[in-house]
Amino acid sequence: MRTLLKEDDVSHSTDYAIETEGITKHFGDLVAVDHIDLNARTGTVLGVLGPNGAGKTTMVRMLATLSQPTAGTGRVGGYDIIEHAPEVRSLIGLTGQFAGIDELLTGEENLRFIGRLLGMHTRDAKARARELLAQFNLADAADKPAKAYSGGMRRRLDLAASLVGRPKILFLDEPTTGLDPRARGELWGLVRDLVADGTTVLLTTQYLEEADQLAHEIAVIDHGRVIATGTPTQLKAKIGGQTLRIQPEDHGQLDALRSLVAERFPDLEPMVEAGAITIGVNDDGVMPTLAADLRDRGIALTEFHLGLSSLDEVFLTLTGRRTEEDADDSEEEAK
Amino acid sequence: MTAATIEAPAPALGRPGLGATVSQTLSMAWRQMVRIKHNPFELVDLSLSPIMFLLLFVYVFGGQMAGSTSDYLQYVLGGLIAQNAIFLTMYTGTGINADLRKGVYDRFRSLPIARSAPLAGKIFADMFKQVWSVVIMVGLGLLMGFELRSVGYAFLATLVLVVFALAISWVSVLMGVVADSEEKVQIYAFVIIMPLTFTSSAFVDINTMPGFMQAWAKVNPVTHLADAMRGLLSYGPIAEPLMWTFVWAVAIFAVTAPLAMRAYRRKMV
Repeated sequence: MRTLLKEDDVSHSTDYAIETEGITKHFGDLVAVDHIDLNARTGTVLGVLGPNGAGKTTMVRMLATLSQPTAGTGRVGGYDIIEHAPEVRSLIGLTGQFAGIDELLTGEENLRFIGRLLGMHTRDAKARARELLAQFNLADAADKPAKAYSGGMRRRLDLAASLVGRPKILFLDEPTTGLDPRARGELWGLVRDLVADGTTVLLTTQYLEEADQLAHEIAVIDHGRVIATGTPTQLKAKIGGQTLRIQPEDHGQLDALRSLVAERFPDLEPMVEAGAITIGVNDDGVMPTLAADLRDRGIALTEFHLGLSSLDEVFLTLTGRRTEEDADDSEEEAK
Repeated sequence: MTAATIEAPAPALGRPGLGATVSQTLSMAWRQMVRIKHNPFELVDLSLSPIMFLLLFVYVFGGQMAGSTSDYLQYVLGGLIAQNAIFLTMYTGTGINADLRKGVYDRFRSLPIARSAPLAGKIFADMFKQVWSVVIMVGLGLLMGFELRSVGYAFLATLVLVVFALAISWVSVLMGVVADSEEKVQIYAFVIIMPLTFTSSAFVDINTMPGFMQAWAKVNPVTHLADAMRGLLSYGPIAEPLMWTFVWAVAIFAVTAPLAMRAYRRKMV
């Protein structure tokens, strides 16, 4: 199985900052990552989209040399992740789902500490820490212990910590999970700046919106396998990037509504659920056309809502089932 | 985005050399010292149990054990210092366990640094706590009327204690890496350390023990460490217990350090 984001078969190590071939990871009987092929072009953002337990974190841990694949190969910056793990580590930055910062230390001390570890002189490490704190809007909190930081500030500090050594390749494992929309937007801005400076980013996320905002290419993964790939535009065209939800005021009109949708748009597959119909759409004309029809037939509505598809809806379209929350536990336990 | 002004040194590709490893270990130790700076109560916490043990042992058991509290103080201070040092090494394991679970070590392992630096740095920094405790206990002992054999020997005693602690800390590291919670590290440590230190010459003359226990107490590393501390600080032979202390330190290190590093690498599954 070879699901490639590559456009040609000739691979030059400089073209792709991240390449995997059949990479696989077993935890006992559980297959967390199952023959995944991914490629991230240098200087772009590769979004890995999937629910909890899909294998995203396992994938990142293997590429960041924290974990060894059971089978298959991976190259980061042209270096094999097993044979040349030390070289890979000198090229990458990692921001995990759980912040790898010391809560007792101040923000400045956390960054200075990483700088010292990377072999900077004390003065340079201090200056680099101040520079990053300013860049990440943390200058005011520089001398406060990290435990006093808000969730958004911690994630920014954690991201800053992964950037002390100016990595060329950055792994962001669910960088905005649990953040409020404002903090999420701020973090997106920082990631865009890094990419503008030439950094290659592998981003895992549970949010289609996040992948849509940041990624040049997206790979959707489920149960450790790639189930769809493409640019955000291609992917949205395939899965219906938007979801239209229609709820009739009178429950009895649900069938009439469904047949109307089926007759008007035979290509779309309406889903009936909780007294409403949802359809994946990517044509802006659908909403006005339907609105006119509904008025003509006298179907009154309580809801007529167009929104960006959630991961759940993406999955429903791609796999015919909803995401499984319980898959999360098995992966966590396996670690 | 702010213009980059600070140039990071181009990270050296490949495995870090010895110089880099030492420097990284010192940076790791620096982090631990900054933690104490931000949480100075830890030192108070650390001092309470040796102070309490010293006061209770001397003033409660002293008269019964040695006929006078001052005679018992001369005997037991070295033993209490040895016991306390061994208990202190437990915190190395609990600290590593906490860092491992919180994802701090994930960051370390993604950096181009020596594999051993985080563990070695933690052990190294914890030696500060060892020295601190010796100072507290000898200081309190002097207030209670302890007669030091010689100041030079007292420094030597501290050095010996640190060397022994450096070696046996790897037992704690091994537990810290393998155990799935800090509490388990504490339970394991307690179950091992308590009987180990009591079946030694730390608190009593082992000739008063039944034969089977004497046989064990004579080889128990705590006996040798306690005898070495007593010899250097108070009275009694020095050379022989010192030699056995080193033999034990080397043996324990040679067995547990590779096991701990192996367990640590296997955490990378």
